[in-house]
Amino acid sequence: MINFTLPSLGADMDEGKLVEWKIKPGDSVKRGQIVAVIETSKAAIEIEIWNDGTVHELMVQPGQTVPVGAVLATLLAPGEKAETAKPAPEVPAEAATMPMPPAAKPSIVPAAASAGRLRVSPAARRRAEEVGVSLEMLVGSGPDGAVTLEDVERAVAGKEKPSQAVPAGHQTEMRKAIAAAMSRSKREIPHYYLSESVPMQKAQQWLAAANEQRVIQDRLLMAVLQLKAVALAARKFPDMSGSFSNGEFMPSSAVHVGVAISLRQGGLIAPAIHDVADKTLDDLMRDLTDLVKRTRAGSLRSSEITDPTITVTNLGEQGVETVYGVIYPPQVALVGFGRITDRPWAENGIISAMPVTTASLAADHRVSDGHRGGLFLAAIRDLLQRPEEW
Amino acid sequence: MNRQDLQKIVINTLKSIAPEIEESELMPDQLLRDQVDLDSMDWLNFLIGLHERLKVDIPEADYAKLVTMEKLLNYLSGKIDGTGS
Repeated sequence: MINFTLPSLGADMDEGKLVEWKIKPGDSVKRGQIVAVIETSKAAIEIEIWNDGTVHELMVQPGQTVPVGAVLATLLAPGEKAETAKPAPEVPAEAATMPMPPAAKPSIVPAAASAGRLRVSPAARRRAEEVGVSLEMLVGSGPDGAVTLEDVERAVAGKEKPSQAVPAGHQTEMRKAIAAAMSRSKREIPHYYLSESVPMQKAQQWLAAANEQRVIQDRLLMAVLQLKAVALAARKFPDMSGSFSNGEFMPSSAVHVGVAISLRQGGLIAPAIHDVADKTLDDLMRDLTDLVKRTRAGSLRSSEITDPTITVTNLGEQGVETVYGVIYPPQVALVGFGRITDRPWAENGIISAMPVTTASLAADHRVSDGHRGGLFLAAIRDLLQRPEEW
Repeated sequence: MNRQDLQKIVINTLKSIAPEIEESELMPDQLLRDQVDLDSMDWLNFLIGLHERLKVDIPEADYAKLVTMEKLLNYLSGKIDGTGS
């Protein structure tokens, strides 16, 4: 028997409320399948399962709030029979009774914050759309003011006079979550910082030519080229991509790039685009568009929050020249790109105006040194000079 | 389409990206992306929205002409007249 427990979706998350099961006893499930929706203090998250098997028993009912590590459901492993399987333990009041094997357990990343403009459970959102209730008008009764299905039903029944939601509470929670993650980072990770000027003329020309051929819906953003360049470089520098926990660094063969996405009402979250090095720029653009949309709507999947192996931030959008990043634990590196500006550039004894960005690296000294970091940044710079070869 | 109608469509499209904006606070002659805090993804989605609502093509090479509300409206009116709709 396999216990499916409530994963931690952030350094400060200690409990979650089950909103919805997407499985029932007897269903076959596959690793990676979305099986439940959990509401945390920051957002409703679609939870993926990490084992193949058959659902034996659902231990928690929608509406119940349980601690991280509590058994949500029991599964029969492939080939296992219910009669012979060891009975599932009682739902514990504290922590996991039977930890999953490390390889199957999602790593814990402080999901800085994932509230969109409003915290709404997916079930509530769907119902509200069906009946035409404006979510902005509801006061949520879920964790930290999240709007739940019950709130929508109450509004439909007219038992509750709609009033203004209180976004101030969301902001406070998000700021607390970011503070917890960043404090842990600054406390535990001996950061070092490097930066490198990267000429962007070739990448800009390549992008302009590529976009000229495309209808507007298919156009690429420079951010996508930067993500891909970082992922390709990270594949050659495994000490930049992975996770550091329990005193040990585990490099990741897959490069899942966390993308720092700022939310309009403040705060940010850096969910992952998976396997960035292996994807085409068109696929990455689609993934990025989708991810930004879902992040701002507050509908992310658990794996997107828990498994980035390196983060990229693009504060140049807001006009800064250089980013001095703070690493998201348990990751070990963060790459920042500043604004692309024309600067005097000397090459072959000639000075000309060149569009240049500053690429910066914040990396973990427990895992790598400045020499490696410098080579990593140089690899990113070189990759951005020849996007046509990717 | 007159200027007021066009402006209404532009503002509505902008609000679908940035619901918090106040139309009365937008300065027509100042940089739109500074006033509304649009990143490049927001900007692209804004232009895709305009493309879909107004059926105009907006080549990337023209982005630099669209930096203020005034310039954007001029550009779009020209495009709409040019295509005869």
